[in-house]
Amino acid sequence: MYDFQYLRPATVDEASRVLATQPDARPMSGGMSLLPATKQRLSHWSAIVDLGGVAGLDEIRMEHGALVIGARARHVSVLSSSVVRAAIPALAELAEGIGDPLVRNRGTIGGSVANADPAADYPAALLGLGATVVTNHREIAADDLFTGLFETALEAGEIITAVRFPVPKRAAYAKYRHPASRYAVVGAFVAETAEGVRVAVTGAASHVFRVPAFETALSKSLSQDALVGVTPAYGDLNADLFASSEYRAHVIGEMVRRAVQACLHPSTPSRNA
Amino acid sequence: MTAVSMTVNGQIVSADIDPRTLLVQFLREQLRLTGTHVGCDTSQCGCCVVHVNGDALKSCTTLALTCDGAQIVTIEGLATGDVLHPMQAAFRENHGLQCGFCTPGMIMTAVELVRRKGANLDEHTIREELEGNLCRCTGYHNIVKAIAAGAQAMGAAAE
Repeated sequence: MYDFQYLRPATVDEASRVLATQPDARPMSGGMSLLPATKQRLSHWSAIVDLGGVAGLDEIRMEHGALVIGARARHVSVLSSSVVRAAIPALAELAEGIGDPLVRNRGTIGGSVANADPAADYPAALLGLGATVVTNHREIAADDLFTGLFETALEAGEIITAVRFPVPKRAAYAKYRHPASRYAVVGAFVAETAEGVRVAVTGAASHVFRVPAFETALSKSLSQDALVGVTPAYGDLNADLFASSEYRAHVIGEMVRRAVQACLHPSTPSRNA
Repeated sequence: MTAVSMTVNGQIVSADIDPRTLLVQFLREQLRLTGTHVGCDTSQCGCCVVHVNGDALKSCTTLALTCDGAQIVTIEGLATGDVLHPMQAAFRENHGLQCGFCTPGMIMTAVELVRRKGANLDEHTIREELEGNLCRCTGYHNIVKAIAAGAQAMGAAAE
């Protein structure tokens, strides 16, 4: 690791002040992505601002009919929360499929969202459910948050404090996971919301994206039949040693189909074994 | 250098450390607790698993400074005197190791798994929960058997 200053502020304001004045300082939540990257000298920070000392950011609660998850809620807390299971079971199931138990004991929703890994799971849920990200400065719609490869609309000194999810009529996440890393080779989140069906895809491009062609078809009828003959045109899809872009395009369709199936029959396992 | 203080296996320890010090380096190099191993150093193998405030996590992916004030338990802290922890005893009885390099991490993960999911664990659950621990002797079969038996023994001991 390159040398860095370690800071552990007690409040969001204090953390924000450091981050606003030091452009090369980086906030750390669980550190499950930040530390491996820092250890490999892929990144060099003037300071790591550990948000672990900020109390009260890990609450999970219902507020005005929406599910609010504090930014520092760990994956293990989300997957085991009765509040999450009751409101949006698909979100608990998604959290259960992140990494491994040791990562889930440490990693947080806010960290995952701010990191914006192109293959992370949570971004698909945020975009698929039309969530709102609450920061110390403002509220950002998920549609406006993810802007590129590890890029978000968050500004210097801006820290996520919570994510607010409207409760869908039904939702499911289907993931074709990499067998070793468990990151999504392709993951699809399908949600039937008050405004229609939303379909968000992770793992397949520089950042999470919606698929309007599937949304239009599924908004008419949330069924397998509605998907027949729908062939969306994608922009640049990822190609790597695990999957070509053509293969990913095919897997997107399959994951959307599985997620629809899981919406219709909630007992169907939507994660690949 | 920054001051850090934590409780490791019941003993309070303090030191001035470089902020870059990983928890596993602090345990092995500063405290000479070498039972916690470094296998991959890239957050994948789980040989370095310890408990921090009751949670199993990878000590190669944790800054020691983050653990200021925390309660740490390592593999050295599981036995009571000469009496092995039930999970350690189960690994011995079921031949749950070949070279033994991954064993400390396997056992620390298993003990937390039992605390989280109870003493009655089916094979599927154990295999899923071992996602973060690699054994390169491919000895998973007996590891899974050992964890099932160790879980039962932990449950019986708790009654």
